[in-house]
Amino acid sequence: MDIDWTNVFDWMILLKCFVTGGVICIIGQILIDKTKLTPAKILVIFVTAGAILGGLGIYQYLVDFAGAGATVPLTGFGYNLAKGAIEGVQQSGLVGAFTGGVKAASGGIAAAVFFGYLASLISKPKMKKQ
Amino acid sequence: MSTNPLETKQTYQDYVDKKSPNSPIWKNCFNAFWVGGLICTIGQVILNICKERGFDTQTSSTIVSILLIGFSAFLTGLNLFNKIGKFAGSGSLIPITGFANSIVSPAMEYKSEGYVMGVGGKMFTVAGPVLVFGISASILVGIVYLIFNTQSMTLV
Repeated sequence: MDIDWTNVFDWMILLKCFVTGGVICIIGQILIDKTKLTPAKILVIFVTAGAILGGLGIYQYLVDFAGAGATVPLTGFGYNLAKGAIEGVQQSGLVGAFTGGVKAASGGIAAAVFFGYLASLISKPKMKKQ
Repeated sequence: MSTNPLETKQTYQDYVDKKSPNSPIWKNCFNAFWVGGLICTIGQVILNICKERGFDTQTSSTIVSILLIGFSAFLTGLNLFNKIGKFAGSGSLIPITGFANSIVSPAMEYKSEGYVMGVGGKMFTVAGPVLVFGISASILVGIVYLIFNTQSMTLV
């Protein structure tokens, strides 16, 4: 456990991450408040937008700039899928377009399925009348 | 006007719009900003720790996703995430925590319908579309990349 904590808490990186992540969330909040879109549709829009921006190579600049500030929002999930698909194509051609994206995002998808089911099992039953 | 009863929906809507012009959206945006920023910053700290321990960037950000998803899934299960969500709006919805929340919330609600079709099926009422559009978009991106980068035209 020889971690250099000054690298972990590099204020400049954390500040860039905080501001970028916050601004992406503000965009979502404006969409919620100013349009009639449901949260589910906003999530879909964000993932798709991230995949398209990732495919165009634009999102990469944001990731280089802000790190987790760009990858933690759902746009980053889309970016990750698109980046994986491109890497897959580079490695194995057309098949890679199908395998690469999910491969890159597999950790998140599997964790969401597993922890989601587990957490639902342990949750308090809300519907029960008392 | 302010004390008269408001007869129709339209006059009521006009009244609401006039009385509450901008204050809620500014407050909502501010809360979304700092909660969303904070969640991302927590992710960045985890990412930095993983990098310091020698993981590469791809593995590190996968670890960040797994930890944030796991954590927010259990917060949702304990009914704590909804309270954060009410306060922060998209601040907790847009980060990957919202994806986990969108899986657990409907699953909890339909628990009474059983553990296979209730929990297992309803988990994907919101996450399903997200995966459908996200994965489809990534496949299209891959195909477009394949077409426009003819050097790597290795179709078989």
